[in-house]
Amino acid sequence: MVDMNVEIGGVRLANPVMPASGTFADGLDKAVDFERLGAMVIKTITRELRVGNALPRVCETPEGMLNSIGIPSKGMPYFHEETLPTYTRYSTPLVVSISAPTVDGFASLADEVSLPGVAAIEANISCPNLEEDGKAFANEAASAERATAAIRRRTSLPLWVKLSPNVTDIAEIARAVEAAGADALVVANTFLAMAVDIESQRPRLGSVTGGLSGPAIRPIVLRMTWQCARAVDVPIIGCGGIATAEDAIEYMLAGASAVQVGTVTFVHPTAMISVLEGIESYCLRRGYERVTDLVGALSVEEADETDMEWVDPLR
Amino acid sequence: MKSPDPGAEPHHATAYSIAAAEFDCEVIENEAVNAEYMHIVATADPLATSVAAGQFFHMLCPKDGPNGPFFRRPMSVYKADPKAGTVAFLYKVTGSGTRALATLAPGDRLDLFGPLGVGFALEPDWRRIVVVGRGVGLATLAPLAELAAANGMGVTAVLSARSPAVMISGERFRAVGADVIEVTDAGGTSGPARLERVLRGLIADGMADAFFTCGSNRLLLLLQRLGREFGIPGQVALEQQMACGLGMCFCCVREFRVDGGVAHRRVCWDGPVFDLQEAISW
Repeated sequence: MVDMNVEIGGVRLANPVMPASGTFADGLDKAVDFERLGAMVIKTITRELRVGNALPRVCETPEGMLNSIGIPSKGMPYFHEETLPTYTRYSTPLVVSISAPTVDGFASLADEVSLPGVAAIEANISCPNLEEDGKAFANEAASAERATAAIRRRTSLPLWVKLSPNVTDIAEIARAVEAAGADALVVANTFLAMAVDIESQRPRLGSVTGGLSGPAIRPIVLRMTWQCARAVDVPIIGCGGIATAEDAIEYMLAGASAVQVGTVTFVHPTAMISVLEGIESYCLRRGYERVTDLVGALSVEEADETDMEWVDPLR
Repeated sequence: MKSPDPGAEPHHATAYSIAAAEFDCEVIENEAVNAEYMHIVATADPLATSVAAGQFFHMLCPKDGPNGPFFRRPMSVYKADPKAGTVAFLYKVTGSGTRALATLAPGDRLDLFGPLGVGFALEPDWRRIVVVGRGVGLATLAPLAELAAANGMGVTAVLSARSPAVMISGERFRAVGADVIEVTDAGGTSGPARLERVLRGLIADGMADAFFTCGSNRLLLLLQRLGREFGIPGQVALEQQMACGLGMCFCCVREFRVDGGVAHRRVCWDGPVFDLQEAISW
């Protein structure tokens, strides 16, 4: 038996595998037993009523997908009356993803969803900040820090902050968000991207650009996970193109304490269960008693000076 | 898994499926039935063959290259045979998914996820129904005709196609005792004015307690107009690009007329079968 328990920023999970926000809803219970998941992370909610973006909202790309769904939201009464009771029937910890167009909006929404049955809040700060010309909160350390600090002041629930990969130095943002009181970091959201249909000569998404996800982005987000894990002390939840247990183990070795499985669930609805079972078999095979022993176990040899000489031929 | 509350879903299926699973099926047959359509048959276990008329499976098509299909492709069932343990689909090769599907040979594996979605619902007091379909939409309506016949309802099937050579399913509808009216563009018989006369005749003869349609925007509009004029209820099976098939991704939303306003619904989860009058033509 492998001890699969992990503790992520104040939340004890029975295992390190959970869905990525936006790729999980109650319909999946036709195929997956939610009691087996480490946590349930639900689709981002907003206070504003939103219908979502123009069609088409999704297109296929090599080993991935491009989406611009636009966070359709039915507002807070629907969240209280329908969404929350749907998930609090399960014993699996519920993580509520929130988003808002302003710092105050984030803070008050965090307060409003700090309810019995909610185990943690995941702040989706990759959305446009209306107070800064629509630039995403997650794009700069200062605005990411302000949003995180404002939420921190209004909730005592564990706070996970989901970073954007569309930045120059993700470690800097990770440090700022940790300093502002985040209990864990989710690394990362989707990459801003686009695709063109050369026959119609039109963009493949109704909103022209969207977020790229799926196995195509995995090596990049894995690198970001490693950078963040070296930069902060709070746990990292790896999220980017994880499709198999091997992928999840890569993330954990690079420093992730848990993983979110997203896009692949659209193709293989039971992928989270295979990932979970595969991590456990790996631990058994390699003699690990606790899954936490995998976290950051990556072995990196220091390069010799002479090996590095070719990198800078002018030296 | 929770027990679903079918009453909470609009227009729920005759046999609402409480579970879905990923099936590793064996292809038994995959052949062209005419110049345009392919017929694929695969082995299926009892959960898969319990699929209701109008429900669909989400198919994992083989990769046909580096840009080969990443998502599954939704396809409504043409025939489920619990005794033989098979499910069959009719499809037209139109894009990368169906092109890859067409390469499968008997003995190859096919990954099916389902059954999914809300299928057709038959009210017990209907005695005679009219199904009107075009092109590959006829495949979706064939199991409905079979279900209606099994429930003692009379079925008139108006089948529309570009030409007799690409007409599908006529035999299948006749086999369940349906009165079949075939119309084609090539024969000049499929135009809306002529079809309207045919349908008005069926209404006058008391053959149309309900309308069912799939596959044509023009037919949808015609049936909506006649349905409103004569107070005849109906259902339409809609197609839409899908990613997850389980109501999670909100990729397949369409607009519907509901209570005097416009509501967004997910074709994969709230449908693919919807009330005839609520559907908005495309």
